[in-house]
Amino acid sequence: MTLVVEVRHRLGAFRLDAHFTSEGGVTALFGRSGSGKTSLIGTIAGLIRPEEGRIALDGDVLVDTARGIFVPKHRRRFGYVFQEARLFPHLTVRSNLAYGRWFAPRGTRADNFSHVVDLLGIGALLDRRPANLSGGERQRVAIGRALLSAPRMLLMDEPLAALDEERKAEILPYLERLRDDTKVPIVYVSHAVHEVARLADRVVVLNDGRVEAIGAVADVLSGSLLSAAVDRREAGSVLTGVVTAFDAPHRLATVQLKGCELHVPNADIGTGKSVRVHIAARDVMLAVVRPEGLSALNILEGKIESIAADGEGMITVRVDCAGDAIHARITELSGSRLHLHAGKPVYAIVKTVALDPR
Amino acid sequence: MDWLALNEAEWTAIRLSLLVSTVAVAASLPLGILVALLLARGRFWGKSLLNGIVHLPLILPPVVTGFLLLILFGRKGPVGAFLEAHLGIVFSFRWTGAALACAVMGFPLLVRSIRLSIDAVDRKLEDAAGTLGANPTWVFVTVTLPLILPGIIAGMILSFAKAMGEFGATITFVSNIPGETQTISSAIYTFTQVPGGDLGAMRLTIVAIGISMAALLASEFMAHAIGKRVHFE
Repeated sequence: MTLVVEVRHRLGAFRLDAHFTSEGGVTALFGRSGSGKTSLIGTIAGLIRPEEGRIALDGDVLVDTARGIFVPKHRRRFGYVFQEARLFPHLTVRSNLAYGRWFAPRGTRADNFSHVVDLLGIGALLDRRPANLSGGERQRVAIGRALLSAPRMLLMDEPLAALDEERKAEILPYLERLRDDTKVPIVYVSHAVHEVARLADRVVVLNDGRVEAIGAVADVLSGSLLSAAVDRREAGSVLTGVVTAFDAPHRLATVQLKGCELHVPNADIGTGKSVRVHIAARDVMLAVVRPEGLSALNILEGKIESIAADGEGMITVRVDCAGDAIHARITELSGSRLHLHAGKPVYAIVKTVALDPR
Repeated sequence: MDWLALNEAEWTAIRLSLLVSTVAVAASLPLGILVALLLARGRFWGKSLLNGIVHLPLILPPVVTGFLLLILFGRKGPVGAFLEAHLGIVFSFRWTGAALACAVMGFPLLVRSIRLSIDAVDRKLEDAAGTLGANPTWVFVTVTLPLILPGIIAGMILSFAKAMGEFGATITFVSNIPGETQTISSAIYTFTQVPGGDLGAMRLTIVAIGISMAALLASEFMAHAIGKRVHFE
């Protein structure tokens, strides 16, 4: 699957001028509010008609202003999950879920109703009305409704933004299952680093209507490609590994990365599971000698690969720990006090690790 | 209590009133929904003009509306002559003319009510239906129409009530012919013009109150029942 998007569009004083391609999996459109993410995904869905541009999915041209082509939204067969669930209030959950099936062309009509219902855990809600659902339940039904319309692609516009932290935590695992179980490509709009770190394969960074960077999630989130200060503060390392042991009395899981090991509390997800690990750069300290008498569990030995200054008194140090790149965000002052330079052996002290099963 | 018993002429007036009002509402409903949609969603030249024409019967003296109908839809009128020649429909001095007068008088109320409910529909829901594969017609039938149903019903009740009480335009357009165009209102008027007609007028007044109350209660009930289903968040 290849999605090619190239659009130029003006909305008042705001100019959207973006170009990217996606090769399946989860592509995140990442940027702050007002960066044009929602407008961009709106043009893909057909909700916005761009002034100029071309959008094609596997050679099926959906928009080509030069040739006067504009396929209306109901013929694109892109499932769209909105920020607010937008369930039909006059229909039950079951009818909401079935809505897209009525219009899916014969042959593509999915016979996986019960599978999707199980996947999203909404079996108990089928006969209720949207007004009687919680925010998290509504959003799960909305995701199911989009999935059951047999979409060629799923477009998700900050599906978690309107929810509180607890609801977000409730839905994220379902999104991961969705990514792994169904092979539907997803374009996922978000401004939250941890969501992108958990879900995305590739990231398109948008800033002020333009594409600032495109790359694999680990590269983009390491921060060097991010120009906005807010985003850099959230930057970090995305690593993959396998759970090799679980220490039940201490509730500690051991995760084997390429060369080093991490200890993660409260992560009873079963040994042998492959996981994705997100370590925020601001949660990593550096030491030039092995620290003693420290509560931190994860002290990794490595060598400085590179140092990038952001011009605001902070530096991002990339440390190679036996094959895994760990990023630490520290002050420029500490950097010069410790005489940090590329090639210097250091110890990275990791305070917190976010761990997601893959 | 013998004075409460309705005589044949009074029954005729009641039946005629119900027939005229029902036909007026039913026949004007499709056009009412269409015009409400145009006014709520359309962007075209002359929209304010259309809005003005639709609301004219609300502002004009009913007698003036009746006279205009007489000029346009009378046997010699341009529209009336055309309809008689090509479709065989005659309005002047027939109950159909009374229905036309009632429909015209109730039309602004019908359109207003439907238009307000269309304005209140969350268009994001229609977008969502579109992304799920529904074309604009299906979006209207499966999403918009169910959501504006309370407004449609309210508009129907309003225009029905208007039709039941319509007098000025009807009597000007189709006169006051017992058995053909004499509705409850014009029958009461006739009773008050003859000596000893008070009892008849009182009987029809009680019937009019009864019908109006029933219509009002029915609308409240339906609005409640549907509102409960449609109301959200």
